[in-house]
Amino acid sequence: MTTDTARPGAEALEPLTGVAPPRSRLRNRRPRRPLLRPGAGRQHKAGPVAYALLAVAAFLSLFPLYWTMVAASTDNTRVSQTPPPFLPGPNLLKNLSAAWEDAAMGKALTNSFIVATTIALSTVLFATLAGFAFAKLRFRGRNILLMLVIGTMMVPPQLSVVPLFMMMTELGWGQKLPAVIFPTLVSAVGVFFMRQYLSEALPDELVEAGRVDGAHSLRIFWSVVLPVARPAMAVLFMITFVHAWNDFFWPFIVLDMTNPTIPVALTQLSSGYIRDQSLIMAGALLGTLPLLVMFVVFGRQIVGGIMQGAVKG
Amino acid sequence: MATSTSAPGVGGPQGAPAGPAKERPGRDRANPRRAWRTLLHRFDIKAAPYAFIAPFFVVFAAFSFYPLLYTGWLSLHDVELATMDIMEWEGFGNYTELWRDERFWNALTNTFTIGVISTVPQLLMALGLAHLLNYTLRGSAFFRVAALTPYATSIGAAALVFTMLFERDFGMINWFLGLFGFDNIDWESGKWPAQFAISTIVIWRWTGYNALLYLAAMQAIPRERYEAAAIDGASRWQQFTKVTIPGIRSTIVFTIVLSTIGATQLFGEPLIFGQGPNGVSGGADNQYQTLGLLLYEEGWKNYEMGRAATVAWAMFALLILVFVLQRLVKRLTSRTS
Repeated sequence: MTTDTARPGAEALEPLTGVAPPRSRLRNRRPRRPLLRPGAGRQHKAGPVAYALLAVAAFLSLFPLYWTMVAASTDNTRVSQTPPPFLPGPNLLKNLSAAWEDAAMGKALTNSFIVATTIALSTVLFATLAGFAFAKLRFRGRNILLMLVIGTMMVPPQLSVVPLFMMMTELGWGQKLPAVIFPTLVSAVGVFFMRQYLSEALPDELVEAGRVDGAHSLRIFWSVVLPVARPAMAVLFMITFVHAWNDFFWPFIVLDMTNPTIPVALTQLSSGYIRDQSLIMAGALLGTLPLLVMFVVFGRQIVGGIMQGAVKG
Repeated sequence: MATSTSAPGVGGPQGAPAGPAKERPGRDRANPRRAWRTLLHRFDIKAAPYAFIAPFFVVFAAFSFYPLLYTGWLSLHDVELATMDIMEWEGFGNYTELWRDERFWNALTNTFTIGVISTVPQLLMALGLAHLLNYTLRGSAFFRVAALTPYATSIGAAALVFTMLFERDFGMINWFLGLFGFDNIDWESGKWPAQFAISTIVIWRWTGYNALLYLAAMQAIPRERYEAAAIDGASRWQQFTKVTIPGIRSTIVFTIVLSTIGATQLFGEPLIFGQGPNGVSGGADNQYQTLGLLLYEEGWKNYEMGRAATVAWAMFALLILVFVLQRLVKRLTSRTS
């Protein structure tokens, strides 16, 4: 009786460990009983159907980007023919340089780099500071303040754009980069992310040890917290960078074509100002390329970071 | 000596034994430097946490919370873009006008329908994709990164590509449908085709991201639950519905909340899909104008900042309504089950 009940569990573990538990030798002697329905245990090996479906998903994810490249490398007449082109043409560099000049993409790229880097750096710094305080320091009102941080995630940016626009005009920041940078210097998601990470990764004893050594809080932050927080900071940096790079609504309102970020410059491509379809695609490609390169290099880390934030969030 | 100097570091008076604590005031007077350090230390313990969280709250208060309230105040006024310092009291005039405005109800329904068409399939597909990614896979890193790549694509670039794929005469999607004998669909000017196309952009960008959130939650489900279900003779499908889905329930709620917020804000995709002239109005007949676009049109095309603020607060009210409803539904369903 005991062997009977133990068997399904053991069999279920098999595909996971790859090592057959000793009892499975019994399997050959006994007639198989349909005790175990297919799919016991969690991690089965993927069958051909799963691979096929995943391949379709990957294709659908990547095809629009591939086609951006295809369209950007042909010319306008070829793009407008049926069937549409599927293979890259010879004009990629020509179109890229034309888009660079016509659509102010050079300026937009520089601006986007400045904006995204500044926002990502400050978000990481302030999120780590606040995350450390919320995770490891005791102070009055901590829980309420943390709830407040989480509550702010729910407030969409649309609610504040009108006064923000008036504010920026008054400050003389209209059409200038600080108008885009300042409102997004911090992020509630970032604070929460760092809090979750630090409350698990940073042992209390380490902070206490710093205190015993007579270090003040900022010193502890610098020499104890930062080294521990580094991996999470890197992930938060990349995710914030992606968001800041792609942020659209507010930059579109406050910036104009003389001084755009990438997403703002891309709207100009769509506005009928440029008629050449392959040129439009070249612009779109230029605007996405830096992030794609980042994804090729750091894709695993970004995926890991998003998943890490998800479990704990 | 060494212990007495480090005593303040241990954590103030409560950390020190009773004897030395009584003595301390006298000694502190004798040694003002140490008294100063103790004071400094106490101040550090008390104030540092607030100093650490202050930047977040200061920036949030200045650039989000204050503007949010001020939006409400503005919505009660007549303010024009050209003369922003002149505010004329309107009371609830903007709101009654908005209530009577057909464009508002149109934008509201569009936001809702596009929200449903984009969110429901997106989350269902994400669930399926997460389930697939949860298998033991060769090249799982590739599939995960591939699924997430659209998330790294700027709204602008994504919308431009899809606008071209959905082009009426030479777009790839019409060409593909043509292979099966369908006539060319005018994706831009029809109401439902346009909303479908816009939803496709949203779905494309966010499915992989949501799938990774689900995948992370799925991997946190204890294996024993599956084993127990298998022992009870649950089929794979039953395991999925009875173990996986309940196991990632909080993540599902989280993604629903996120997508709802995202859907109410929808702006860039329809704007670019409309290719400029039709973008802000959401098509020639406003067939895909969302609340976000209406807000922009009122404020920056019609130069009526007060009315733009009114739209913003209407959106706010809508969000609150949705969350109250969601709460209610949650409470009701948890009571029945």
